[in-house]
Amino acid sequence: MKYGMPTLRPSVIPGFGITLGLTLTWLALIVLIPLSGLFIKTAELSFDQFWAIVSSRRTLNALKISFGLSLAAAVINLVFGALVVWALVRYEFPFKRLFDALIDIPFALPTAVAGISLTTLFAENGLLGAALAPLGIKVAFTPLGILVALVFIGLPFVVRTVQPVLLDLEAELEEAAATLGASRLQTITRVILPSILPALLTGFALAFARAVGEYGSVIFIAGNLPNVSEIAPLLIIIRLEEFKYADATAIAMVMLIASFAILFAVNRLQRWSEQRSRDA
Amino acid sequence: MKIDVSHVTKQFGSFAALAGVDLEIKSGELVALLGPSGSGKTTLLRIIAGLEWPDEGQVFFDGTDALARSVRERHVGFVFQHYALFRHLTVFENVAFGLRVKPRRRRPDEAKIRAKVHELLDLVQLRPLAERHPNQLSGGQRQRIALARALAIEPSVLLLDEPFGALDAKVRKELRRWLRHLHESINVTSVFVTHDQEEALEVADRVVVMDKGRIEQVGTPEEVYERPATSFVHDFIGESVVIPVSVADGALHFGGGRLALDSQGVHTGDARLFVRPADIHVGPPDDAPLKGTVKRVHGIGSARRLEIDLVPAYSIEIDASGTGATPGDLIGLTPNRYRVFAVGA
Repeated sequence: MKYGMPTLRPSVIPGFGITLGLTLTWLALIVLIPLSGLFIKTAELSFDQFWAIVSSRRTLNALKISFGLSLAAAVINLVFGALVVWALVRYEFPFKRLFDALIDIPFALPTAVAGISLTTLFAENGLLGAALAPLGIKVAFTPLGILVALVFIGLPFVVRTVQPVLLDLEAELEEAAATLGASRLQTITRVILPSILPALLTGFALAFARAVGEYGSVIFIAGNLPNVSEIAPLLIIIRLEEFKYADATAIAMVMLIASFAILFAVNRLQRWSEQRSRDA
Repeated sequence: MKIDVSHVTKQFGSFAALAGVDLEIKSGELVALLGPSGSGKTTLLRIIAGLEWPDEGQVFFDGTDALARSVRERHVGFVFQHYALFRHLTVFENVAFGLRVKPRRRRPDEAKIRAKVHELLDLVQLRPLAERHPNQLSGGQRQRIALARALAIEPSVLLLDEPFGALDAKVRKELRRWLRHLHESINVTSVFVTHDQEEALEVADRVVVMDKGRIEQVGTPEEVYERPATSFVHDFIGESVVIPVSVADGALHFGGGRLALDSQGVHTGDARLFVRPADIHVGPPDDAPLKGTVKRVHGIGSARRLEIDLVPAYSIEIDASGTGATPGDLIGLTPNRYRVFAVGA
């Protein structure tokens, strides 16, 4: 092009060069360099060594537990988060603002504190654990305990991403559906849910990502039995404590790639649903 | 379908949106609810639709109690000012929505739905856009789709809330003519709300003029324009020159002098004289009822207007095409047609 790249033409919004430069530098410092360190350290291993580490039974089980339970927790948060949002946005009830504020507690509470309190509650002599024990349900020190912790920390992500979107949804859409003869249920499934779907997917992705990386609350309640209730982040810590740094980074790399793939897939899904519901 | 509204009141907090409204809408009529914002016209429309419930009063559809039925069961087509189209659905699916949500045993099969939607899209002349999403359409196109969607359920009444309010002037003019033609071809009882008098007078069979939760006048466009029932209607519809006068001994007085004009049966007290600017004849000051000095002339040709300081003291603005008056001239003004309303009537 004769005048060079179009982005380099003087623009009414100044500072393109400096902001792009700052963004890239910052991104490199904070994200890219540490992550590439991961790859560099892993490269010390031969491919056979790498494969042996990541395909060992203990690693595979830890990854399975981490991703499987995170996915399950994100699905639970998707369903119940949507219900909580609905109640908070649509109805007036006493102490509504208090409940609304409570949603944020998992954001702010140190995860170790959350882990310890959940463990105390769900231990066999704990308040809830004692009630569940006669039913044969054990929560603390089992994979179920991990799930409970992951649900706890993920809830606000779904609620806080969907809430503004539902608040913005015009009441007229529901009125239009009603005049056209739609029942309440049809209005929800055919009008409201599709409209908030992109936000629900974002919330789901955030809750999932947070759960995959969660460490603090889980290690207290999990029991940390290898192959049963040992999450991948814990296994990484164990390897680090054994000074097997390359082993740790190998597992970390697998987690990184898997997380990225899943988030990428969710992002595509979200883009697709957003495209269909851009504002009319 | 015939609609009867009887003694309907509606209160929002301390604000009386409707203060006892009676209205009869004949089958197949196209009626405009016209009034300034806050006059209660939209509330009345929403009560007829079933989106709002009156505090008191009744609404009948063909003699049956409409208030006993929910909005779903009333079978009304409703068109919103901001279209309220479903963004996640294509134009085709938007129009098909009302057919797809019918109970299974009354739901038409896919081929029938397809045929019906295409017929409606032809009616609103947007068939080629069937697979687009609402965000890819212009405002005028969106409103036509909203109309097609409302018509898909074959409503017994079509209700339109400021249907052209969000559109620009040119599209608005096109669409209201189009709505008039559409109404002639489908002939469904229709009620639309507007604050634009030109729109109401051009499109509607009858116009319902509302103010402060009350109906001021119901009549054909000619009636409300030519024979306004109240000072509000005279003032609101068309342009008016308003002169504060008083009635004493059965005659009008202005600025201490007696005017050679009829008091039209208005009782003694303060009153207002209403004249359409075009109905004022400008002539020599000699024996005209009102006299004034031309203060300013603006506009040219048919848009020529005069600003006049009446004697003794009041200023008005009138149409003045065809007069050669220039600033400073003393002229006489004779209202050929005028109305006198007591203050508060």
